[in-house]
Parts: sequence; C-alpha cells; structure tokens
Amino acid sequence: MAAQVSVELFGSLTQFTGGARTVTVEAATIRDLLARLAEAHPGLAPQLDRGVSVSIDGKIYTEALFQPISPDSEVVLLPRIAGG
Amino acid sequence: MAFDEYDSETRIFSAVGTRPVRPDGVDKVTGRALFGADMSAPGMLTGAILRSPHAHARIKSIDTSKAEALPGVKAVVTRADFNAEADNADVLDNCMAGEKVLYDGHALAALAAINPRVAQKALRLIEVDYEVLPHVTDVDAAMAPDAPVLRAEGGNESVPEGLSKNVMSMCEFGHGDLDKGFAEADLVIEKSFKTAAAHQGYIEPHACLASLGADGRGELWVCTQGHFVVRNICADLLGMDSTQLRVVASEIGGGFGGKTTVFLEPVALALSRKASRPVKMVMSRSEVFRATGPTSSTSMDIKIGMTKDGRMTAGLAVNRFQGGAYPGAPVDMGAMCSFACYNLENVKSVGYDVICNRPKQAAYRAPGSPMAAFAVESVVDMLCQELGLDPVEVRIKNASREGTKASYGPRWPRIGLEETLEAAKAHAHYKAPLGPNQGRGVSCGFWFNHGGETSVSLALSQDGTVALSVGTPDIGGSRASMCLMAAEELGIPYDKVRTTVVDTASLGYNDVSHGSRVTYASGLATIKAARDAKQKLCARAAKIWGIDPDAVTWEDGMAKPSGHNAGDHDPLPFSKLCATMGRTGGPISGHFEATPEGAGVSFATHLVDAEVDPETGATKVVRYTVIQDAGKAIHPAYVEGQFQGGAVQGIGWALNEEYIYGEDGRLQNAGFLDYRIPVASDLPMIDTEIVEVPNPGHPYGVRGVGETSIVPPLAAIANAVSRAAGVRMTELPMSPPRILAALDAQDG
Repeated sequence: MAAQVSVELFGSLTQFTGGARTVTVEAATIRDLLARLAEAHPGLAPQLDRGVSVSIDGKIYTEALFQPISPDSEVVLLPRIAGG
Repeated sequence: MAFDEYDSETRIFSAVGTRPVRPDGVDKVTGRALFGADMSAPGMLTGAILRSPHAHARIKSIDTSKAEALPGVKAVVTRADFNAEADNADVLDNCMAGEKVLYDGHALAALAAINPRVAQKALRLIEVDYEVLPHVTDVDAAMAPDAPVLRAEGGNESVPEGLSKNVMSMCEFGHGDLDKGFAEADLVIEKSFKTAAAHQGYIEPHACLASLGADGRGELWVCTQGHFVVRNICADLLGMDSTQLRVVASEIGGGFGGKTTVFLEPVALALSRKASRPVKMVMSRSEVFRATGPTSSTSMDIKIGMTKDGRMTAGLAVNRFQGGAYPGAPVDMGAMCSFACYNLENVKSVGYDVICNRPKQAAYRAPGSPMAAFAVESVVDMLCQELGLDPVEVRIKNASREGTKASYGPRWPRIGLEETLEAAKAHAHYKAPLGPNQGRGVSCGFWFNHGGETSVSLALSQDGTVALSVGTPDIGGSRASMCLMAAEELGIPYDKVRTTVVDTASLGYNDVSHGSRVTYASGLATIKAARDAKQKLCARAAKIWGIDPDAVTWEDGMAKPSGHNAGDHDPLPFSKLCATMGRTGGPISGHFEATPEGAGVSFATHLVDAEVDPETGATKVVRYTVIQDAGKAIHPAYVEGQFQGGAVQGIGWALNEEYIYGEDGRLQNAGFLDYRIPVASDLPMIDTEIVEVPNPGHPYGVRGVGETSIVPPLAAIANAVSRAAGVRMTELPMSPPRILAALDAQDG
C-alpha cells in the first residue's frame, strides 16, 4: 500500500482544493500522485491534462511518471517547464 | 566496474574542458554548410503565402479560381486542405487561418507555381472578402472590459470571473504573509514596468523543401530546432502517420527558441501533396517579422520591501504578458522566475496570459524570465539607491541558496547564485572607475533548464573511429561538445569522433533543441551510450582473454585485466578491439534512449557600464561582464559564446528592439532597417567568467547555459542607464526618444 504524500500546489490551483495550499494523497510514484490528485480534486484535472512538472526534494521532473516518491519527500506541483 | 558513475567532483578530465576547433567550422566559413534554402530538387515548385492585411477580420469568402487558372500555378491550398481534426488546432490556425484572420500577416491561402514571379502574380489574383473587426494590440488594452474580443469562449478555468475574455489563464505562486512582510520593511517601493515584443532575430529566415507523394510518403528538409517535433506536428496537421514523413534538419542560422514550432512546413507539404511535385518555401524578412513568433510584450507591477540594512522583507509581482492571438504566453514561467534569485519569507507572483491581435509568440531564450527579471531587479536597484546600499552586497545577503525555499515552491538543491555574486564582487570590472555620464548596473537572473526525450547511437568503426548519431539540431556548437564527451569517455582523441545530426528515420524520438538541454541531455546520452559501448568492449576483451567480463576494466582507452584472478594479459587498445570486432562477435554500438530528468537550474550575475548622451538620449554600452554557473563547461569557448550571445541579444532588447504597431493594427517595422538589432560596432567586448558548481544530475556536472545569459541584461542595462541618466527607466526599449522623454519629464 502506498504511503501518504503531502503535495504543495501553486496558488492559482487552491480554488479547486477548497483553499488548501497543501493536500495529501496516497502515492508511491508521480503517476499515482497525478491520478489521486485528479480523483480527489476534479477541478485540478484540466491543469493536470495540460501538463505539469513535479518537484521532488528540489529536483524537477517533467516526464517521469514512474519516479518514486518517499513519504517524507518535499513534493511541489508546478506548471510544465519547457524552454526556448 | 561501474558504468553509471557520477564523478564530476573528483574526475580529472582530459578532453572535456579543452577548446578544440568545432567540427562544423570549415563548412560554415567556406559556405559548404547547407542551410534551409540551400536544398533543391528536380521539378521543384516555389511556394508562396497570401497574408492578411488586417489585424482582425472575418473571412467571408476566398476565391482562388483566377489564381488556379494562371499558367504555371500547380496547386492552391486553403484551410480546407488540412486535417480538420488536428490535435494541434491552434498551431494549424496560426499556419493557415480558418474563420478569422487574427493579426497582420496571418496566412490564409498558399500556392505553388513554377517560379517566384508566377507565384507572386498568382497571389494577387486570389480574392478575399473580409469583414474587418475591431482589433487590439496592447496587453493592458486587451485586458480592459471593453476590449475587442478575439475568442468568444474566453479563457480556461483558472481565470477569475469578471476579467476580460482575452485573459486565457491566470497563475499565482508564493508563500508567507505579504502584509506582515511589507510592515517589517523600512522602505517599500512600488513601480510599474513595460517591455516591448522583441523578435529572436535569427539571420536565417524560415525555409524548407517538401515532397509528399500521392502514396502518402514524404520527405522534408527544414531549418528547425527540432525535426522530430516538426515531423509529428506536420503529420497531425496533414492527417498522416508520423513515420511516413522523414524529416532532415538543415544547418541552422539561428533559432533562439523561435524555430521550435512550424509555420511554413505543413503548408509546403500540403502544396506538394496537391501538386505531386517538390515545393520549396523561403520566408522573406518581412514575413519572418509579421508571421513568426516574437516574444511577449509585457506590463508588470512590482512591490518590494527592504530594511535599512538591505534585507528584503516581502515581494509582490503582477505580470501581464500578451502572447499574440493564441494562448501560451510564458507568463507562468515569468511569474515563477520573478523572485527566484531571492530568499523571501513573504512573496507572491501573479501572471495573466493575454491574447491580442499580434502573431503568436514563440519561445525566446528563457521565455518569460528576462522581462520578469527586468521589473524585479529594477526595483531592487531602486531600493539599493535610496537606502545607500551596495547592489551586489544586497543581492548576496538575500540570495537563494541550497535549502532555502524558492519563491515558486521547492527548496533549492545545490545552486551557484552566490558564487556568481561573489565572483562579481571580486571582479575588476566592479571596482573600475566610471566616466562622465556613465552608470553601472547589476542584475541577477535565473532559468530552470530542461531534460526532454533523448535518443543517441554511437557506432564504432573498424579503424578505431566513432560515428555518433544525435537527434538534436546543433544550435550552439553542440557537435563539438558531443565529440568531447564521447572522446573523454572512450579515452580516444577528439578528432576520432564524428557527430552527425541524423534524420527522423534514423533514431528514436528526440525533443527539440530547447530549454538549454542539448549539452545536458544529448551529452548525458552520449556519455551513457559510450559507457554502453565500453561495457561491450570489455566483454569482448574478456572473451578474447577467456576471463570473466567483471574482471576487465576500461582505462586510458584500453581494456585491462582487473583484480587478482584476471590473469596477466596485455591491455587491448580501443583501435585493436575495433579492428577485430567483426571476428570476435560482430559490430559494436552503444545506445541510450530515455528522458533524463535532473537538468540543473542555472543562475547568472551581469555587470554593465553604460554611457548616456544627455543631448541625444543615445546609450553606449562601454563595458559588459557575464558571470554564470555552467556546472561544468565541456567546451569553454562555446559556453563563453552562449554567455556573449545572450548578453548581446539582451542589449538589443533593452535599447532598441521593438515591434511597433500603427493605429490600424499593422506592423510598422517589419525589416532590419527599422527593427534595429545590435551590430558589432554597437558592442564592447563581452567579458565572461565561468563559474562551475556541478549539477549532480549529469555525469560530468553540466548545467545548460544557453538561456540564462539573456535573463539579466534587460535589468542590468536598465539599472546602468537609469544611474547614468539620473532617471529611472521603466519601459523597454530604452531608445533615445524614450530616454529624452524621461529626462524632459524629470526636468519639467
């Protein structure tokens, strides 16, 4: 069974989480995290579908669905990072 | 032995860090290199595009019959000739308008003819009935309640109720208590800023040669930053299987983010499909300006509080970026970058993505970050001036460092901002005296950098040389860097490796050359592919010696027995193993296919001395120093080149470059005579200093360097000009008339 992970959301997403800046979901990987977030807070789904990056302990992941997440990791949801 | 080690902290490099001549250099200086417009094919036609003269209009009808009847015209296409179900709907609409034209220069029909003269004559025969609509080209005007609306459906779910329908999305980042933070400050400064849209200014215009047969198989030669992306988008827009289109990337005469999408390419393919002949298309400079992506123009409000001793107590940024006629202005990136350089307890940055009647913006080096830095770093400078504080010391005091919380959320891993600031403080430039009418500006800058999907193949040849195939177009000397990394890893000379950017049929998918990712991601892939090849070479040596593969190690370009039980064998050099590989098990290649995550972020500090002529308002940049964290400089000369290029483009953006629209919504300066980019005589030598704080996400510690260098210049130059002129400049470009107006306003 996956552990509980706390995720910090960026400010404009809090309107879809009842104002909560940090939410907790059960997740062992980034894939779990995104799926559980969309289930628990359906209002986040459009942003998740458009694409996000996930910072785990300061390292930003953009494509790594199977990246493991530890329960004590700092996890922050970000808009999808690209570049020029 | 370990084939996956991270050893940049302790490794003594032999090839990496040297400055050999670039392998594509002779081709470039002799004219042998083939760029987008250099390719031809038998029976080739010339393609041309009809573009809107209106900023905003409904297309009531298009009559192409007279053009089609003109002798020499072989095909005409409009929106109906593209895939109505395309996933990339906005890209399609930008390449070929549907119901409305949304900006001056928007494509709405195209044709292929036997030569350019016939093509231009035929364009004039296409009859379009427009219903001209009200337009808006300014970001603040587009957000006004009564602004003309481009999209009736408005923005997405993030947009608060009551905002203009031209606001496509809203984002917000930050933490802490702003009111508390501002209350703690001894001085709070609030200021508004504007920046003009600037074009990437690549010298080579967009160009391609397309051939798409009736059998649905096609070839495309194109100047691009990412031929795999071009393949996939074109296939989508044309409704074909992606692998039926083979795309070859030409040499590229500059891209800077502007060649990460498509403009001409799907149109040329559609014309070729209809004409059953190859079609070549080359944009004029006017078309490049009118119809390809400049960066966003912006409007920003900044408020920062500081104590008398220089501690920043709170920061607020409100960023409004227009991205042309379609959603996607990089305001989310800008908002995240606003305060990235500072460790702030109380911080908030808001962004609004706004559409208006301009060409769809395209990425431009560190998209969004230079404008955000201009506004924030200007206010930091104003606070330093008013409080009588040293601008470098203040930045050191407030700098983001490992373990502090970034303004956009995460805690920083190991970063090198403080090292760049300390280097600036110690630099002779910072201590040099200033002349009359001169001012010195300082600014920091940040960019994320990116990994992305990457695939390379490294094939060994019997003569002991290496053919390295990559899928990321070389936009800054990356072939030299790849050769260095392969040579380093294999222990062979640099000139024994040839790196080729191969076509889309020759490798797995590769993301675009963007996000400062190529030396990081393709470099990591090259190292991993070389390690894969070394592992196979060691196994081959073990086979020859009749020992266990684990008892073989690779050192100094040779397989050597390792350990007590390995036995006594003469080392087998790389060349000997290559010469015999056909008889010892067959060809050897190394591969890497993955999506590297771990592109280290990058920071820079720039120092600028500017001299302002109070009579004319003209600015001369008299001294410029770039200090940036490269993690590990693979080829230091090309790292320095990236630093210098970013600074020079920033100088143009800060002082002269500007999209100017008339009341009619038409672009007034679609050419290099009226849109002034810096030339060599405008510039001092750009001094550089490479800081190396290794990125643990790369085997050698590489951080991308291509984008961060354009982040600080706008602010650094604005701070220098403002100090030189004695008046704060809040709008870019700081052209002579704008500086004179600011001086007049101050006097008045």
